[in-house]
Amino acid sequence: MTATAEKTDQTGGQDSPKAGVVPSFTVTLKISRFDPETDSEQHWETYEVTAHATDRVLDALHQIKWDQDGSLSFRRSCAHGVCGSDAMRINGKNRLACKTLIKDVNPDKPITVEPIKGLPVEKDLIVDMEPFFDAYREVMPFLITEGNEPTRERIQSQADRDRFDDTTKCILCAACTTSCPVFWNDGQYFGPAAIVNAHRFIFDSRDDGGTQRLEILNDKEGVWRCRTTFNCTDACPRGIEVTKAIQEVKRALLTSRF
Amino acid sequence: MAQAANGTLYRGREGMWSWVAHRISGVLLFLFLFAHVLDTALVRVSPDAYNEVMEAYKNPIVGLGEAGLVAAVIFHALNGLRIIAVDFWAKGPKYQRQLFWAVVIGFVVLFAPFAIRHLTIVFTR
Repeated sequence: MTATAEKTDQTGGQDSPKAGVVPSFTVTLKISRFDPETDSEQHWETYEVTAHATDRVLDALHQIKWDQDGSLSFRRSCAHGVCGSDAMRINGKNRLACKTLIKDVNPDKPITVEPIKGLPVEKDLIVDMEPFFDAYREVMPFLITEGNEPTRERIQSQADRDRFDDTTKCILCAACTTSCPVFWNDGQYFGPAAIVNAHRFIFDSRDDGGTQRLEILNDKEGVWRCRTTFNCTDACPRGIEVTKAIQEVKRALLTSRF
Repeated sequence: MAQAANGTLYRGREGMWSWVAHRISGVLLFLFLFAHVLDTALVRVSPDAYNEVMEAYKNPIVGLGEAGLVAAVIFHALNGLRIIAVDFWAKGPKYQRQLFWAVVIGFVVLFAPFAIRHLTIVFTR
């Protein structure tokens, strides 16, 4: 085992790297800090951490919080890209800190970490998500049915299920909504995430609330605010084609076919 | 609440920058139309006044402005077609990036010959 490991270990570069050793490097993080009790506005603070090639930005944030400055605040729960808590702006782009490897965001230069844009900052990297969830609630993200309940399951064909498969992947991290230039300037806009979750039910063959949801999204602050900048599609950590979903909702409104 | 006054610029890609350029070229064309309506309306006041204004336009600064006007018209028109494709063609959102580069290529193809001819006339007359 050691023989093969030594042969394949090309990343070490040092004298005699041990098998399985991951190379480490020093990386600088420039983090936007804001303490509502003492600060009037955000400011930058820099930290240096020793990171490994396998480390994610979240690991670096943990190192800072646990070993250097316990006052640093950020959200994270599962730390594995499922809960959607740690969306932040890393090097100018919305990403999940737990899904972004440090080595992939150019660790030679300081890595900037900021809270997501367009929502009120509460402390450091934590923003008030309530406006975001308000828009989500408004599209009624639950199954609406009419008539008597069937005695068996509501059967759906594979093709009907595939119709909205892409938009079922949303984890409500707000990376899309807070990457949208329209949302930055107009907080009343529903935002990509709410439209994605409306799409998930509008195009579900079992759901009967499509007309109501389309009515809600036909609002001045609804789907027509979208200017197709594709920032949301680029930002989505689940790879949802967000802009495409929004365009499908627009077209459903134009043709009344869904 | 804290404002991101010292925040970094969001690093959007082709989609965001084409939208920014579309906005800017749109506003510039709108402002041009103001001036254009006014100077054209002068012909109703007196043809001589109109000719005088047209004569005043014949200098290199306005010449460069005209090149900018044509650039704005070409980009706005081609990107407008791209947006129509994104809105009404089912595969538009998927190929928006390729469409953007098609717009860039179309822009160069249309604008380069015009710029060469127009600017030689402006600067050699």
